[in-house]
Amino acid sequence: MSLIIDHIDKSFDAVQALSRIDFEVQDGELFGLIGPDGAGKSTLFRIMASLLVPDAGRCIMHGYDVVDDYREVRKIIGYMPGRFSLYMDLSVEENLAFYARVFGTSVEENYDLISDVYEQIAPFKRRLAGKLSGGMKQKLALSCALIHRPRVLILDEPTTGVDAVSRREFWDMLKKIQGQGITIVVSTPYMDEAEMCDRVALIQKGRVLEISDPSIPRDGDDTQLFSLRSNRGVYAYLERVRSMEGCKHAWLFGDQLHVTPKSKDNAEKMKSVMDSWDDPSLQWKPILPSIEDRFMGLMEQESEEHSTNGERI
Amino acid sequence: MRILLTLLVKEFKQIFRNRLMLPIIFVIPVVQMILLTYAASLEMKGISMAVVDQDYSQASRLLVSRFEGSPFFEISLTTSDYQKAVRELTRDRVDVILHMPHEFEKRLYSEKETDLQLVVNAINATEAGLVNAYCTRILFDYNTQVRAEWFGLEGSGRQTTLEMIPRYWYNPLLDYKIYMFSGILVIIVTMIGMLLTALNLVREKEMGTTEQINVTPIRKYQFLMAKLIPFMIIALFELAFGLMIGRLLFGLPIEGSLGLLFLFTCIYLLVVLGIGLFLSTISNTQQQLMFLAFFFMITFILMSGVFTPAESMPLWAQKINLVNPVAYFMKVIRMILLKGSGFRDISREFFSLCFYAMVILTLAIANYRKTT
Repeated sequence: MSLIIDHIDKSFDAVQALSRIDFEVQDGELFGLIGPDGAGKSTLFRIMASLLVPDAGRCIMHGYDVVDDYREVRKIIGYMPGRFSLYMDLSVEENLAFYARVFGTSVEENYDLISDVYEQIAPFKRRLAGKLSGGMKQKLALSCALIHRPRVLILDEPTTGVDAVSRREFWDMLKKIQGQGITIVVSTPYMDEAEMCDRVALIQKGRVLEISDPSIPRDGDDTQLFSLRSNRGVYAYLERVRSMEGCKHAWLFGDQLHVTPKSKDNAEKMKSVMDSWDDPSLQWKPILPSIEDRFMGLMEQESEEHSTNGERI
Repeated sequence: MRILLTLLVKEFKQIFRNRLMLPIIFVIPVVQMILLTYAASLEMKGISMAVVDQDYSQASRLLVSRFEGSPFFEISLTTSDYQKAVRELTRDRVDVILHMPHEFEKRLYSEKETDLQLVVNAINATEAGLVNAYCTRILFDYNTQVRAEWFGLEGSGRQTTLEMIPRYWYNPLLDYKIYMFSGILVIIVTMIGMLLTALNLVREKEMGTTEQINVTPIRKYQFLMAKLIPFMIIALFELAFGLMIGRLLFGLPIEGSLGLLFLFTCIYLLVVLGIGLFLSTISNTQQQLMFLAFFFMITFILMSGVFTPAESMPLWAQKINLVNPVAYFMKVIRMILLKGSGFRDISREFFSLCFYAMVILTLAIANYRKTT
């Protein structure tokens, strides 16, 4: 077992940032933590990286407790904070060499591990880190986090603020790193990145709602999911669909709407209303829910419960 | 050792990559040393004087010529109208009025004593004191001359008078510049040391780079030492550079041992940089730090006796100076440079600062957290 998170609680003043977080990550697994901003992802990651002490619970990294054996933990983890934290006034190669030497190794020794990532920024190796673009900064940060050949890589929102192409590349690189036997724990606010992980924990308001494997298709949902497409673009229809009587919820998913009707009968009714909209390119068809749909549903449910609880009090 | 060396290489690279650093190290101190040494003058030249002569006698003219002959005074107005002179004083155009009333000479002859009035602008009390002292000195000389010439007291009939001829030890020509310069050197070394160190550490916090450093095997003391050593070297260099300038421009004497001075400065810098580090552990932004550091620096410097001797401060102030490192250094640098004091003369200050350094560095290290 690479990582055991055991009933972790953490609060800042009156705010409960994390409550009873509980999960385990296998050796060599690519484990994702998905949740909106402010869900507590960074807090949890800082605890894993031994930068923050939890109020209760334990976090065990390859047998070392992150609080008691933090020195051992720091040797075996590679941590990439959410905010770019390398030296802006040192060049690309100076940053890399600095972190290598601090860990008692050298760039040459572990070059095989970072070569895929580093080669993409190598042409700019004499450039100051502060002058790199967002995507290149991420690649440099990843190289620096990897240079001492950690056993566990902890990446806090590595793709936030990076363009779609670079994001895609970044995940491909993570897959390769995983192939080298390194366990990766990564967080992201983007639902669509969930599919790239072996397992994903959905976190909201400091609590893990569900842990699931995105590759196992889900069925057995009593309510069905439909997709709505149109050549005219579906964005214009979003509010109209949402305001329909039989609609439970509707979200924009790329170029389509994912609509969950309240029941099967409602689906029929909605279909007939849409026929009257006079858009021949409108396509309405049932689909299998992806993990994103599932999470969106869970999050909606969760916040509804919270708000009704709030009203009762 | 490997980690410390790596950190030091990194610090030096960053320091010299900062475009402002070289001017800060070379230009600013030179400007301060030259500007402040001349500007913060305790010596007065060209004191502007208004002479109100209502006597127009030989005696009054002789006195005026005495003032004219002094390098310290410049007679900007000669009048018989006292009110006019007062107006000039209130407009701040003259610093002092010398008023010789009617019958100045006559009374001097007949009654062997006479009155004259000095009106000194005392907006600046220190200045007024100096003006008064210079005037008294000239009047004393005048007095002696008048007695000798007019009342024939030369030769055998000489009246016994006590004349004091002071001998000024350690600064025989009372060259205030030497005194000021050593003080300003202390200020520069202190500022460079405390501010640069503290700012550097807070900057890392602000930029978030400590977040990445903290997950490495770098230990707290290694990280803090790597912040301390470069600025200590820079501050020591600054001292050497300053001494050189002082020697060349102001003929600064170096009576004592330079080795001792540098040894003492090392201990002093440990304290000052320690304070800087401590302040940076309790501040989160460079702005917070600047306010804190300036508060301490200005208090320390003004209380240290850079302009006025610390020994003449009230007792409570002297007690406060026990925790003022600048006061120790201010005293010791003058003792070593001007007086040639040896280790035994400064041992009390030396060991006090050693103890101080230990306390403050322990505090700084304990207070710097890698984990929250």
